[in-house]
Amino acid sequence: MEWLVSACFGVMIACGVYLVLRARTFPVILGLTLMGYAVNLFLFLTGRLHTNLPDIISGSQTQYADPLPQALVLTAIVIGFAMIAFVVVLSLRALGELDTDHVDGHKENPPS
Amino acid sequence: MINHLIVGPLLLPLFMGTMIILNTNQPIARRRILGLFSCLAVLVITIILLFQSVDGPIQTYVLGDWPTPFGIVMVLDRLSAMMLCITALLALICLAYAARGTDRQGKNFHALFQFQLLGINGAFLTGDIFNLFVFFEIMLLSSYGLVLHGGGGLRTRAGMHYVMLNLVGSSIFLVGVGILYAVLGTLNMADLAVRMAQAPAENAALLQAAGLILFAVFALKAALLPLCFWLPDAYGFTSAPVAALFAIMTKVGVYVILRVYCLIFSNFAGVGAGLLNTWLLPAALITLAAGAAGVAGSRDLRRITAYLVIMSVGTLLAVIGTFQREAIAAAIVYLPHTTFMTAAMFLVADLIGRQRPDAGTGLVPDRPVGQPTLLGLLFLTAAVAIGGLPPLSGFVAKVMMLTTVKDSAGAPWIWGLVLGGGLLTLIALGRTGSVIFWKLLPADDTETARKTAHAPVPVHAPADVFPAAVLLVISPLLVIFGGMITEFAFAAADHVINPVHYIEAVLGPDRSLPLLLSSGGE
Repeated sequence: MEWLVSACFGVMIACGVYLVLRARTFPVILGLTLMGYAVNLFLFLTGRLHTNLPDIISGSQTQYADPLPQALVLTAIVIGFAMIAFVVVLSLRALGELDTDHVDGHKENPPS
Repeated sequence: MINHLIVGPLLLPLFMGTMIILNTNQPIARRRILGLFSCLAVLVITIILLFQSVDGPIQTYVLGDWPTPFGIVMVLDRLSAMMLCITALLALICLAYAARGTDRQGKNFHALFQFQLLGINGAFLTGDIFNLFVFFEIMLLSSYGLVLHGGGGLRTRAGMHYVMLNLVGSSIFLVGVGILYAVLGTLNMADLAVRMAQAPAENAALLQAAGLILFAVFALKAALLPLCFWLPDAYGFTSAPVAALFAIMTKVGVYVILRVYCLIFSNFAGVGAGLLNTWLLPAALITLAAGAAGVAGSRDLRRITAYLVIMSVGTLLAVIGTFQREAIAAAIVYLPHTTFMTAAMFLVADLIGRQRPDAGTGLVPDRPVGQPTLLGLLFLTAAVAIGGLPPLSGFVAKVMMLTTVKDSAGAPWIWGLVLGGGLLTLIALGRTGSVIFWKLLPADDTETARKTAHAPVPVHAPADVFPAAVLLVISPLLVIFGGMITEFAFAAADHVINPVHYIEAVLGPDRSLPLLLSSGGE
């Protein structure tokens, strides 16, 4: 299972980086979202992969699921969601003001 | 006895920012009064905290009274008290400048300004690395709003790059924090330092990778080359009081580098010991050179000032990169000077630009300002201070930095680049001053016959100029009280360079034992 999960994480980050390096705002935002998801998954994994462990400490169990990564990932999801919402609005405003969706504000090449 | 003043610099901007939002549709005077009152109150609190920290021990504030490694803890040592004080003073002055008109360009300026202060103060105070991420995000989200404040295509374009880069940076930050937590099982910075010293050698690669991943994020915040290219546009195009306030934002990155790599990855830290010793100095020196090239090559005073920010980060981190007590003390002396003077230069540039309607702050000849004596004197003072000429504070701080690093291995490089960069700064600022103030065609030159009368320009009221003048007065004050400041800086550097003080203040006595054992019982 470790191989599968880490491969998932790697593929998501790779796709995210590829999309972030595009020149249009829409793929860049998709890339940022994908990287955000990958990082959330990664934070979740910092509590290690276990199955069938209780989430509450009890006297009879010696092992239990680590509760802290769940709290961390919740915070990261909320912050990431707000940031993505902000960058979507910003891109729309840039489209309105610069009249192009290029991240550097370049206009399209004039038709020859 | 818990000192509740420590959370004042966090709670007050949060509360006042919320109050300002509730007053969004009221007359702007009400928002201004709330904002200025908040900044003034935070300044008073931080001055009290600074005086407490001069003689006192490192103070901690345990949120929710959770036992320390488990709950979030705020830590106030001398360095963070000084950073809080610098931030509060700078914020008050910038807000006073903004209240002369900049804040009319958008409704939420004052609320964003308060939340910006909350984020910055939080980053200085927190003793928990995930909480540091949260305060970074608060700081960044408000800074996105402030960078874009006032609108316009240039600001939007520069803002896009700034926002997207920092979003990637936040993701990388979480990866670094995640690795640290996965391996060491804690997020409290003092506890991280203890467990780092005990970590087995098999985890060395992971821990060092986490440390360098975090360094990349902090370098992005501090604008170290090659992660500094967002800065000239973002600072050059945004409104002047925001750019002046942002002079402290890169210093947040510097502060965090100093804090994390002198605490978690200190020389006592076992497998993570001295992680940045080989990286920080070269990176900072290249940044310094790039900043100097930008200063010399720019054709606009705003952009020159933005590159001066990069230069000041390069200088600070080059000196800190030697990781010696005396050098860190010198950097602590240089830090308030460079923050206040670059902020002052942003404000002076704005005062100049507003009196040159068709040239702004560009180096275009024959665009006279309306009040050449006043603005010329302000510009001269700022230029002398930034360039490091006697008798102002830049000279004292640079001499101290250069003498303290003279025995370290990188000394020739630091001396050469700091002095060479200073020379380029002087040339660039001298050229700027002569083009803006002196290179004018005579008014009655009938022979050339192309001279047209200049349109009347707005005259600055004393209240417009006052904030910039106050910032500049700080420079001679830093020299006059130089002895006290230097003593304080050495005391602050003592606490920074030796993680034992910090760990024992947070976790209690004897908890720093693993560090001492790992370094061979020093």
